[in-house]
Amino acid sequence: MTADAAPHESGHHGHGESHGSQKSYLIGFVLSVVLTAVPFWLVMTGTLDSKLGTALAIMVLAAVQIVVHMIYFLHMNVRSEGGWTMMALIFTLVMVVITLSGSIWVMYHLNINMMPGHDMSQMP
Amino acid sequence: MSTTTSLAPDGATLPVFYETEEHAHADGASTMLGFWIYLMSDCLIFAVLFATYGVLGGNYAAGPSPKDLFDLPLVAVNTSMLLLSSITYGFAMLAMEKGRIRSLQIWLAVTGLFGLAFIGIELSEFSHMIAEGATPQRSAFLSSFFTLVGTHGLHVSCGLVWLATLMIQVSRKGLIPANRRRLMCLSMFWHFLDIIWIGVFTFVYLMGMLR
Repeated sequence: MTADAAPHESGHHGHGESHGSQKSYLIGFVLSVVLTAVPFWLVMTGTLDSKLGTALAIMVLAAVQIVVHMIYFLHMNVRSEGGWTMMALIFTLVMVVITLSGSIWVMYHLNINMMPGHDMSQMP
Repeated sequence: MSTTTSLAPDGATLPVFYETEEHAHADGASTMLGFWIYLMSDCLIFAVLFATYGVLGGNYAAGPSPKDLFDLPLVAVNTSMLLLSSITYGFAMLAMEKGRIRSLQIWLAVTGLFGLAFIGIELSEFSHMIAEGATPQRSAFLSSFFTLVGTHGLHVSCGLVWLATLMIQVSRKGLIPANRRRLMCLSMFWHFLDIIWIGVFTFVYLMGMLR
């Protein structure tokens, strides 16, 4: 995966990513098959008794699988394009986290307060 | 680029340097970074659609819920199609690196077939749902579902058109630098869509069955 470890890679028109090898693609594929099969199995068989536990498990597995795909298929590393791809990724992740957690948090509270039967006249 | 006029400690003005010509950039040297930034903007689109689904996904308007609609074995088959297409595209890139045009074209064709299978299964799933009356107009849950999953399917369809175009380009012009660059961009696009699908099958399908 790290074929060109040269710190200065301008002779290589800028992008420091390699294209992986057969082995790294196969490792990534096997890992992602396992990481896909396990959450489907958990949900389809209901092995974990609690729904919350299953939900947390499949979210963690999805996060791990995303990282696996980034490393083995997208060949992400901190050096490609002089670090700018990683910078763009980190910036995007910050935006994604703000968008997702912000909307869901705000709208969850809105939904709670709009519940039918929630008597506004009882409010102080 | 920059013009600097600074004073030496003794007060004398130092010579001013200009860079009258930018140093040469190789053709397409910044394409990969630019394409990556495009993908990140695409990622924000999907983040917004995921947030919409997260907010609206529980509002069934007395209509069908995920448990009534989703067929997990079918989704598992669909997911495996996309995973397989990801690794076959990886093999196509390895063939490109070695300059083997014939094996590159075969792997691209196999990738395209897996992509077509994915789209075909998704469309049949959609048509089943619509036939059961679970149309996008039915409830907020279904509107956000069709928008999110449909946008992903649209991306995959565009990727398939791009893939077919590149197969023609490669057969006509061979592995010229421009074609290699295009294949590398499509590689990023294809693997990126696979990453988005991880989010879709986890948050939409699996979490939907847990609701």
